[in-house]
Amino acid sequence: MQFVKDRFNYLFGSTKGLILVAIAMIGIVAAVWGMLSGPMAEMGVREIVIKLLGMDIVQAEREGRIIILYHSIAMAVVAIETYMVTSLLKMKEFYKMAVRVLITVGYILTMIFGMGFAYFGHNWAFHGLYITGLSLIFFAGVLLCIALWPWDSEYYITDTSYARTKKGVDLERVAFFVTAVTTVISALFGAVPGSYYGHGFETFLAENVIRYPHKSVMEYSVIGHLHIMLALIAIMLTLIIGRWLNFKGAWHKVAMPLMILGCIVLNLGVWGVVTPLEPVAHMIIYVGATPSMLAALFLLIWSWGKFAKEGTAHIAKPTFFQKLGAMVSDPLKFGPTWQMLFMNFTTSGIGIFMAIRLDEIFRMWPAREERIELTGHWHALSAIIASIILMYYGDMLGLKGKVRQLYGWSIIFLSDIALGAVTVFEMKRLFIGEAVQQPLVNTLMYMIDFGLGFLLVLLAVVMVWRLTDLFKPKGRWTEEMTHELSEEVAK
Amino acid sequence: MKNRFILTLVLFAALIASCAPVDLNAPMPTFDTGIDPTTWAQVPEGEFFYGQFNEEEYTPAFEVMVTDVTAQQYADFLNAAFAEGYVKVDGDNIVGNYPGDPFHGVKHELEIKAGDWAYIPLNDSAQRIKFDGSQFSVQEGYENHPMTMVTWFGAWGYCQYYDASLPSEIQWEKAARGTDARPFPWGWEIERNNANFYASRDPFENMSSFGSRTSPVGFYNGQTYDGYQTVDSASPFGLYDMAGNVWQWIGDVQTMEGFSDRFMRGGSKDTYDMDLRLWVRNSAPPMYFSPGVGFRCVR
Repeated sequence: MQFVKDRFNYLFGSTKGLILVAIAMIGIVAAVWGMLSGPMAEMGVREIVIKLLGMDIVQAEREGRIIILYHSIAMAVVAIETYMVTSLLKMKEFYKMAVRVLITVGYILTMIFGMGFAYFGHNWAFHGLYITGLSLIFFAGVLLCIALWPWDSEYYITDTSYARTKKGVDLERVAFFVTAVTTVISALFGAVPGSYYGHGFETFLAENVIRYPHKSVMEYSVIGHLHIMLALIAIMLTLIIGRWLNFKGAWHKVAMPLMILGCIVLNLGVWGVVTPLEPVAHMIIYVGATPSMLAALFLLIWSWGKFAKEGTAHIAKPTFFQKLGAMVSDPLKFGPTWQMLFMNFTTSGIGIFMAIRLDEIFRMWPAREERIELTGHWHALSAIIASIILMYYGDMLGLKGKVRQLYGWSIIFLSDIALGAVTVFEMKRLFIGEAVQQPLVNTLMYMIDFGLGFLLVLLAVVMVWRLTDLFKPKGRWTEEMTHELSEEVAK
Repeated sequence: MKNRFILTLVLFAALIASCAPVDLNAPMPTFDTGIDPTTWAQVPEGEFFYGQFNEEEYTPAFEVMVTDVTAQQYADFLNAAFAEGYVKVDGDNIVGNYPGDPFHGVKHELEIKAGDWAYIPLNDSAQRIKFDGSQFSVQEGYENHPMTMVTWFGAWGYCQYYDASLPSEIQWEKAARGTDARPFPWGWEIERNNANFYASRDPFENMSSFGSRTSPVGFYNGQTYDGYQTVDSASPFGLYDMAGNVWQWIGDVQTMEGFSDRFMRGGSKDTYDMDLRLWVRNSAPPMYFSPGVGFRCVR
């Protein structure tokens, strides 16, 4: 009994244990449900999985199923970020505990009962528990906002190398707070139309209505919600990575006000889509996105400079290549900001290009082609977020030496090969016609399958290692029981 | 070092493979399906379930073509219409007159003015209709395949010429679905030999080279072709290919104020099975053409 109790306490009572459970849950869902579409469906694997697991797939309910599927995954990602935030930032123990309990119960209920309802027959008790899970996550978010309140003198900082007000208010904490508050508010933009459409799966996927010139307020709300939630998850992760790397100095002092401003304006723009401001909402969004992305760029510039400087500190006059070598010497620390840069090619760049040339190019194509771009670019962003989390998790595991290099570079290469191929696939109509595209499509599909497939294999190896570790009386898990991420922040 | 060389070689080989030219005239099996593309099916008046959420809609009685318009039928039309001056050659296109759409100046709306619009392109390598300067003919083997590479104007012009029209969305869905709530013309589930869709392993596709190709109209009628067993996949009113093979142009214009696209229904050889569900919409500007888009008429 003590054996189980100790492991339970680790998995659900420690930061690293909680993150491990959430990653494992996402990994299982991604592995199983990834077999229901794309090449796996082509190869006939989908039918086997459906029969094997006894899934009940009703054709008319596909859209509803997918919405529950990606909410299930997203809630676990939000939980991981919450564990990180509550471990990295100072807060009262009660709030930390309450937030963690609520969000853990919340995402597990959401995932298990949501997927149970969507894919295994309509047990309405399951639907109720799914909604309960989402509600608990919402309440956890509200509590997190309270816990993060930055205008409490307890959290004031005196170190002048960080962004702060004259009084000492920690502007990084303000950025975390603003991101948390806007996330909670933005969740409502999904909750309200979700209640409206959700009675009996009478729902829609935003990418399928994007061309209609007249959308209802509820439809706009859904479109705004899905965009802003993913953006906020990305912003929160950028702040987390900055804290982990101990972002400070002049770049920090410029970046944090930009992050706060960008986050607020971006949200106002997205919320504006359900108001008479809708015609100018996109312009407000661009205005908000620019400072947010600049802040991420400043983190990149600062961190790459720091890696290069620290890695060549022992050399009197380091050459450019020595600096470059030092910069990329630790893939787990270099990788997250590299992925943020790479995101500009797979997500932001595509989005901006589409917006600029929408009428001349993209609206000349059929709607299904436009749908590929829309879904492709946010799948790419989601995968980039996942890869950054996995890199941070690799550092939490204490990977060292060749294993660290292999793990880090594998994530970077595998995800970038896959996402680069996804981007070419999305944009293929710019340079190749339908009739002659098959060889290119095949090559891109091999790249995507290779990248994502091996990434999942890598994740599976880590999970199996962690599982076997749990059976050891003095396994690594015992060392992680009391570790907080704030203790592991770079010096 | 050796490993890096092998890796580079593999990547280079993959790159070369992706640039391999596609033989658009690769040999293709020819089958007589026994389905006459000149026949029309009767759809009685009455209510039916429309859309994903089964709203009740009504149509008066109408007739609909049992199959998509074939390439041979379209070539016959062009020969007759060209002789009468109904269509003409304009550069690399066959064009015909269209009276224009109402225009509301809504954001993203295309202005479709009255005038000559392209029916089909002649210079596209995927075009199966050939023109020698006086006569239109069909590339051998494609006579009983659906007419593709035709714009909405070209589909509209064909139906108008024969005193028919393109189906409205409501007509199309009733013809495909009958009066119950089925998601596919033949029933509730889809198998690979129900229809021609992406990676459906039909005799006309080769996913390692040219990919999907159209199948002859009425192919999925329960016959066995050189060992390939099809399932009879006619709709309740006896229509073939209402799911898969080619998307079908819909006749509705400006269904929403400022919406200048034209809808397409039915999914195609290039889409996954989810797009073959009867309520799924695709849309494109009326000048769009593709090897995966065709049409049929109602009257």
